[in-house]
Amino acid sequence: MADITSKFTRSRSLPRVKWSQVVDHAILIAGALFMIVPLLMVLQTTTTSDIETMRHGPSLMIGTELDDNFRKAMFEASGFSGENSGMSMLMNSLILGIGFAVGKIVIGMMAAYAIVYFRLRFATMAFWLIFTTLLLPLEVRILPSYEITQKLGLLNTYTGLIVPLIASATATFFFRQFFRSVPEELVEAARIDGAGPVKFFIDVLVPLSQTMIAAMFIIMFVYGWNQYLWPTMVTTEESMYTLVRGIKQIVQVLEGNEIPQYGRANMLAIIAVIPPVAVVIFFQSWFVKGLTDSDK
Amino acid sequence: MKRAGFSTRWLPILLLVPQLSIILLFFYWPAGYAIKSSFYLQDPFGFGQTFVGLENYTSLTASSEYLKVARFTLLFTVLVTFFSLALALLLAVKADNVIRGAKTYRTLLMWVYAVAPPVAGFIGLMMFNQRWGPLTELFGALGWDYNLGVDYSDTAFAMVLVSVWKQVPVNFIFFLSGLQSIPKAVREAALIDNRSGTRRFWDVTFPLLAPTGFFLLIINITYALFDTFGVVDTLVKGEPGNNPMTLVYKVYVDGFRGNDLGGSSAQSVILMILVLALTVFQFRMVERRIHYT
Repeated sequence: MADITSKFTRSRSLPRVKWSQVVDHAILIAGALFMIVPLLMVLQTTTTSDIETMRHGPSLMIGTELDDNFRKAMFEASGFSGENSGMSMLMNSLILGIGFAVGKIVIGMMAAYAIVYFRLRFATMAFWLIFTTLLLPLEVRILPSYEITQKLGLLNTYTGLIVPLIASATATFFFRQFFRSVPEELVEAARIDGAGPVKFFIDVLVPLSQTMIAAMFIIMFVYGWNQYLWPTMVTTEESMYTLVRGIKQIVQVLEGNEIPQYGRANMLAIIAVIPPVAVVIFFQSWFVKGLTDSDK
Repeated sequence: MKRAGFSTRWLPILLLVPQLSIILLFFYWPAGYAIKSSFYLQDPFGFGQTFVGLENYTSLTASSEYLKVARFTLLFTVLVTFFSLALALLLAVKADNVIRGAKTYRTLLMWVYAVAPPVAGFIGLMMFNQRWGPLTELFGALGWDYNLGVDYSDTAFAMVLVSVWKQVPVNFIFFLSGLQSIPKAVREAALIDNRSGTRRFWDVTFPLLAPTGFFLLIINITYALFDTFGVVDTLVKGEPGNNPMTLVYKVYVDGFRGNDLGGSSAQSVILMILVLALTVFQFRMVERRIHYT
């Protein structure tokens, strides 16, 4: 049947145009352009000189200043201390992104394991203590969090940057859901084989969770990398700036009376965008699965 | 709790200690601290504090500036939520329809998810540059003298547009995965019953997507309230001045810049109540949904 119809259509000289499909594609192309054109314009201005950009803004021409702008962005600092070069901000962003993701996954897995697999007298209380944190985002308690971090002497440290961000149970909740879907027989079999709880966790549960860990890592890495408000508050020393936090300073530099450093600014914006976008695109299927599974 | 668990005593406690200590230190303590300081008036020179009861709250509700910010936040949230959901739904339905290039479209439409809000704001600054911003020029050609950062409603427009741009991908991903989970049998039955694509969408697809849509509604409201901080901060270049701002931005401006801990804490507590109300509403709706199916 399918054969006949395909032969039938092929024998016609002109393929039939389905207008509804043309409309579908037109809408999708318009949507894709809406998404990507702004970034392409910023990308174009990383190839032109500051004066050129200041006069004309983005254009269709690809300039010759790409390497110069890259050098300025990565190795020259704009601040007073001279310590916020792109290189150091990139390092800090990586530390924040990876530290946040790893910390959240490790702590979340441990707590979820304790809640799901052990008989505990205060299990219900621990459960509620942990899952109430899902209700309030950091933004609503931002000022007291800052005061407490300050009291503990953690301003301008990686601990102060990362740990308060970990204080919510999203990963714990996610791993709890996953552990509950793991068949009961596994833990029974492990016990019959004489495996203790530590061995079971490391040899059975962690390997089983690999895909989940990968998906969580991508989401948490992007989330950590993109943090803005918290780093703006706790890092005041330029050597501790992340790329995303540095955007604030970049924007203020653009206001100066001299020629604004568009090349450097736009290049830094692009550098701040590339790692999380690359991770999301390359690990797309894990990422989509992790995102749509975790929130429901 | 699994039926067959381990009964070791010390291990689970050891496993829970890191999580519990972090949330006690950086969640419960700050949250409690916010509630407590919302009832106190902080001495501006740091000499202690006096208990003032509900005064911080009553002065907020009496402040025309606070009410103006609240009104703007409400309008902003409605606009961002509506447009990012509607656009994403349209794109997801089309991406689900097409056969050729479906994967490419998906990638092109979702990557903005990974762009940080302040970077999105920065890109917005470029698009709306007074001198040569492509959108400023476009609006100029249409006779709109666009002025970011000077004109209140022009700045508000940029905030909404950039926030929508940043939020469409998340909604798109969820809508697309929701559409793809609709069973083939249901689609085929609908196709036989109803030839009109539009009718089929509103009568069959849309109701089946409602749970996803409702979930996204809450996500989007939370996004517009809290996560747009970076967009707002970069678009006003850190100087709110006469520009519109959201409630979270005001908490930051009053507390961090203005050193008004009591007033800022009262604002935090109001936001907490708002989020809690949203969550309770969400749970009740989810319960009802399960009841239906």
